[in-house]
Amino acid sequence: MAEPLETTIRSPLAGWTPHPLTGIRLAELPFRTQVNLRLPAKGPAADAVGLELGVPLPVEPGTTAGSGELSVLWLGPDEWLVVGSPGADLAARLAARRGAGVSVVDTSALRTTVLVAGPRARDLLAHGCALDLHPTRFPTGRCAQTLLAHAQIVLVAVDDGTSGAEPAYHLLVRSSFANYLADWLEDAAVEYR
Amino acid sequence: MLLIRCPWCGPRDETEFHYGGAAHVAYPSDPAALSDEEWGRYLFVRENLKGPFAERWCHTAGCRRWFNAVRDTLTNEILRVYRIGEPA
Ligand SMILES: [Zn+2]
Repeated sequence: MAEPLETTIRSPLAGWTPHPLTGIRLAELPFRTQVNLRLPAKGPAADAVGLELGVPLPVEPGTTAGSGELSVLWLGPDEWLVVGSPGADLAARLAARRGAGVSVVDTSALRTTVLVAGPRARDLLAHGCALDLHPTRFPTGRCAQTLLAHAQIVLVAVDDGTSGAEPAYHLLVRSSFANYLADWLEDAAVEYR
Repeated sequence: MLLIRCPWCGPRDETEFHYGGAAHVAYPSDPAALSDEEWGRYLFVRENLKGPFAERWCHTAGCRRWFNAVRDTLTNEILRVYRIGEPA
């Protein structure tokens, strides 16, 4: 007898229950909407996209812009990642702005998001990330594409709203690397148990 | 490990970059007119300089942009980096 097809979607880290840690919170934030945008940083297309999103595209390398649940991450001089809450209709809204030299691609399934937050979050990330994440160098609102334990990530310093002055980071990791990264985080965090 | 300054992202570890060989190798204006030997030279033959050498790098694990760097092949010191299209 054929089994009925499973129709529920599974996030890359579904079933991951991080070991409780002192001073660090780990969690998957699954299914966030991600749209890759490529267009010239200046000109009518950039203006139109900025109007549609309600925030201008950030042009300074390694910066983000956003309001509420929406954030726009600088990925390159002509490339951005627009991130929204699960189910947000960003791709459809931005597709209406498609034109010559403008690319809009829904990449929501490409990466999942891992939250690393808490007073020891930076200590944990320093086990495998070469960037200086001190708030004077990498304050809230900064982003970087870099390597964490040899895995490519988009790292974002966020204000996760629950922690006040507590450091919080979003790690956007490719779905196929998510389990590896979660295992690595758990292993690097053994000393904080 | 080299610390390489991406002209977009700033200083990053060498492991984030991919090497792309000599910079400013002009594409032949009429490739079809070249002999096999001339085409082979264009593709494969490069100066093996001692000292400052202009070369291409790509920030593969970061912004994924190609850029140019002048590196001293004797000391490995990177003397300057500049974006594609900027003067050498
Ligand atoms: Zn870069």
